[in-house]
Amino acid sequence: MQAAMPIEVRHLTHTYSEGSAFQATAIRDVSLTLEDGEFVAVVGHTGSGKSTLVQHLNGLLTPTEGQILVDGMDMFAPGADKRLIRRKVGLVFQYPEYQLFEETVAKDVAFGPKNLGLSADEIDRRVRQAMAHVHLDYDQYAQRSPFELSGGQMRRVAIAGVLAMEPRFLILDEPTAGLDPMGRDHILGMIQELHRQGGVTVVMVSHSMDDVARLATRLIVMSKGQVVAAGTPREIFRQADMMASIGLGVPEAARLCAALRGRGLMLPEDLYTLEELREHLLRLWKERGKA
Amino acid sequence: MMKNITMGQFYPVDSLVHRLDPRMKIILAAMLIVSVFLVRGLLGYGLVLAFVYLSARLSNVPFRMLLGGLKPLRFILILTFLLNLFFNNGQTVLLHWQFITLTAEGLSTAVHYSLRLTFLVLGTSLLTLTTSPVALADGIELLFGPLKRIHFPAHELAMMMTIALRFIPTLMEETDKIMKAQMARGADFESGNLIARAKAMIPLLVPLFVSAFRRAGDLAMAMEARCYHGGESRTRLRVLRMTRNDYLALGATALLTALIVLEGLMV
Repeated sequence: MQAAMPIEVRHLTHTYSEGSAFQATAIRDVSLTLEDGEFVAVVGHTGSGKSTLVQHLNGLLTPTEGQILVDGMDMFAPGADKRLIRRKVGLVFQYPEYQLFEETVAKDVAFGPKNLGLSADEIDRRVRQAMAHVHLDYDQYAQRSPFELSGGQMRRVAIAGVLAMEPRFLILDEPTAGLDPMGRDHILGMIQELHRQGGVTVVMVSHSMDDVARLATRLIVMSKGQVVAAGTPREIFRQADMMASIGLGVPEAARLCAALRGRGLMLPEDLYTLEELREHLLRLWKERGKA
Repeated sequence: MMKNITMGQFYPVDSLVHRLDPRMKIILAAMLIVSVFLVRGLLGYGLVLAFVYLSARLSNVPFRMLLGGLKPLRFILILTFLLNLFFNNGQTVLLHWQFITLTAEGLSTAVHYSLRLTFLVLGTSLLTLTTSPVALADGIELLFGPLKRIHFPAHELAMMMTIALRFIPTLMEETDKIMKAQMARGADFESGNLIARAKAMIPLLVPLFVSAFRRAGDLAMAMEARCYHGGESRTRLRVLRMTRNDYLALGATALLTALIVLEGLMV
């Protein structure tokens, strides 16, 4: 593991099309820190500025105001090397399968490493490894056209394309949007593996509170372009009223737990995964049996 | 990076000009263009400029934005000017240096052509900036309506135009997104020589074409699912009606044309 070298966002503001009728401030005065080894989930309603925020993290958007430091370096300082930043911070867009363009899967995954100017051997190694990370068998898929794969497979190829850059920070903008439950579980499992075994710091934008509850170590809640809350899932999901007030829900387990408490069951306030809830209910059941 | 294309983009504010009947606006734009070609002297161009400026003011479109529409055409404008300036067989020589000959006629044609081109773009930009694509297509369909009798596909043409215009912003957004996605993978669209840059476009163009075809397929399916079958016996949601302001605008434009013709006769 490398020493903790976080991404630090300071007072970030972004206004689209400043000075015209299309002007719109997407995020306003956002400050946050992403530590090495975290799994951060960014949640918020549509239009809350999540996507705008994450596009700043690897320098694709330039802030109207504010700074972002990566490893202590100001990313937008004149003369800063954006390509170096993009090597460290990999960004997977929404519906990334729409960016595939090569004739074969292997060539498409190799696009990133090739742009880094790596040797042919190193590129080959990275392509094989990235494909293994997304559970695509090299021998079976490498030479196929990405356009004849299923939606879920295409998405995995696209994610492999970013992983082949071997970034230390992996940012995913709604990686499971539009996938069936199986494809969703597959992608999420893959991301979890990368985080736990690959030591990659993950930032995931998501709509699904259940996914977030299961995976994230920290949550950042956005509303109307601002960070309204940040903390562990336990801390955030305890505030069901606050979440409801900005149009967000809490995980199903937390909702069920609240309903049961309403019926008089003695359950703690901060249960938010089904596993935890089941354990507590079983314990209650046993105690009642004794009494 | 793709956001500074003004031509063909609707500027959504409310104004006197925005509320004019699209049919009238198309006619007025045509009249303005014809007027520009009737101009003989600089005074005439001054009149046209004043007219365009005043229209822009009345339409709440920043004049700067209107001028922005000329940006993509700057090379054509400069080329037009230079070609006419130096390759004109005029008689009145102003300057002669080695093989370069500058004549008064050349200068005059160069100025005329580039000004005409400029006002052509300004006039049409004014139309598209103040008229939503849907209104524009409606206007065109109605104006060409009488030609249906000779089997001119007015409705289909208008529908094609609406769809094409409707998808310009979508495709621009898509381009922007794909560009960013490839840049996140280290693609470089800005440096290198012409061939390197053309090659760099492949990762952008292939996904863009794929998605354009996908969208076209989806759209066709959605239209068929709602039983679309062309212009026969369709009624409209918004019935266009000319108002007093439309006739006032027509009057103003006619006055401009008259003044220009008058000026041409006096020169």
